[in-house]
Amino acid sequence: MPSFDLRTAPLRELNRALHALRPDTNETRWLIGNPDGRHAVAVGLDAAVSVEIDGHVGYYCAGMNKRASVVVNGNAGVGVAENMISGFVHVRGDASQAAGATAHGGMLLIDGNAGARCGISMKGVDILVKGSIGHMSAFMAQAGTLTVLGDAGEALGDSLYEARLYVRGAVASLGADCVEKAMRDEHRAQVFAKLEAAGLAGEVDPGEFRRYGSARSLYHFHVDNAGAY
Amino acid sequence: MCGIVGLFLKNPQLEPQLGALLASMLGTMTDRGPDSAGFAVYGSAAEDLKLTLRGPSEAALRAGIAALAAATGRSFPVEMRDTHAVLSMPAEAEGEIRTWLRASAPGLDVVSAGRRMEIYKEVGLPAAVAARFDLAGMAGSHGIGHTRMATESAVTTDGAHPFSTGTDECLVHNGSLSNHNDLRRRLGRAGLSFSTQNDTEVAAGYLTWRMREGASLRQALEASLDDLDGFFTFVVGTETGFAVLRDPIACKPAVMAETDDYVAFGSEYRALVGLPGIAGATVFEPEPARVYVWERH
Repeated sequence: MPSFDLRTAPLRELNRALHALRPDTNETRWLIGNPDGRHAVAVGLDAAVSVEIDGHVGYYCAGMNKRASVVVNGNAGVGVAENMISGFVHVRGDASQAAGATAHGGMLLIDGNAGARCGISMKGVDILVKGSIGHMSAFMAQAGTLTVLGDAGEALGDSLYEARLYVRGAVASLGADCVEKAMRDEHRAQVFAKLEAAGLAGEVDPGEFRRYGSARSLYHFHVDNAGAY
Repeated sequence: MCGIVGLFLKNPQLEPQLGALLASMLGTMTDRGPDSAGFAVYGSAAEDLKLTLRGPSEAALRAGIAALAAATGRSFPVEMRDTHAVLSMPAEAEGEIRTWLRASAPGLDVVSAGRRMEIYKEVGLPAAVAARFDLAGMAGSHGIGHTRMATESAVTTDGAHPFSTGTDECLVHNGSLSNHNDLRRRLGRAGLSFSTQNDTEVAAGYLTWRMREGASLRQALEASLDDLDGFFTFVVGTETGFAVLRDPIACKPAVMAETDDYVAFGSEYRALVGLPGIAGATVFEPEPARVYVWERH
């Protein structure tokens, strides 16, 4: 089992070793110590391996992740799992701003709180936050789900496209073109599936969530607005 | 982009280490601001007022201070640190000395005045600036440092942070303000004077004005949310206080760590890594538009 102490081994060496992994690698479990808030730890992975990072990480940890499972035993800085394609990223502490930004797929699980702009421009990722999320979350979110067990800050889902937002707690305010929608069985089933993926099946009642989505009045061309172009 | 570090000690036993801890934090933030650096350190309280002066060179500074002593007939203890000197004097002499300096020593600037606070700042890499003034050898209860990547005004020592516009008050800023010209004029009418065209100096002056009008540090910062327009993460020091405020949309980064021994601020967590007991600290991001204040009594 390879392990890296980032106080003694250069970060680039670690990322280079992770990038060099072949699909049939036997080195499937990596341990990383003393990240000390370094940026870009374990970015750009493309192998079905698990990487466990012991400590707080800086910006863009597990960015562009594909297939790998990355666990952070600490807090994550700006843009954790940004542009993730697939795989699983788990932050056991809090995440800073823009967690899961533009991510296409996979799952991002945050045990603590996420800062502002969580899921900004998300394109298919499933994000589940056990705590609360900051303002402008899911801004221009296009696809995927954002499930929040706590509260959401101001302007949730501003200029939203087709992502589904499920919030259990209070929402400070909704952004432009974001509206509350009815929670039907299919939505409760979807929330249950996300909770199950996060290991919370049976612990949290999907019926406690409210659903928010796009009113779809902003992103469709409307002939009355033709003069504005 | 700029870097901010701040350290407010709750445990007096750490006071001899304040400068060394702050110097290490400052060096880590070089990536965020390699143009210039500066720091404020709150040491033990003096009976007298400490005036920190800066000159173009150590020789020019010594000559200026000698001329000042001769002209005013005063003698004061002087502590030289590279291009800066700390003069101790009775508080009532401050006005006379500032007047003489303005009129007769245009090359010498008053960087700070305080019973406890001393400010040092220069152009250059943060580690080099810290070493020039021997920050690592300084003791104190709290300190604030800044590494600057200039946006709103030139890379000069005048544009380096911290800015001080009141006794024992200082402010560092990451961001930029858009209504500083208007506010500078308004504050000028209220009797404040500014020595640069820098936006951050206006924010410092604004807080000085509010506190002069009777506001607490917390109240002054809360009012600033209505009156300052722009991006900011502020860290503010007063003789006994340490405060943090981010703008309502949290444009600029901030991470804090708190233990029983200290409260620490860093633009990034990396700056806090070397602090004692950091592994057990509560690490959090200050929320937007929320004023955080710690006071020592």
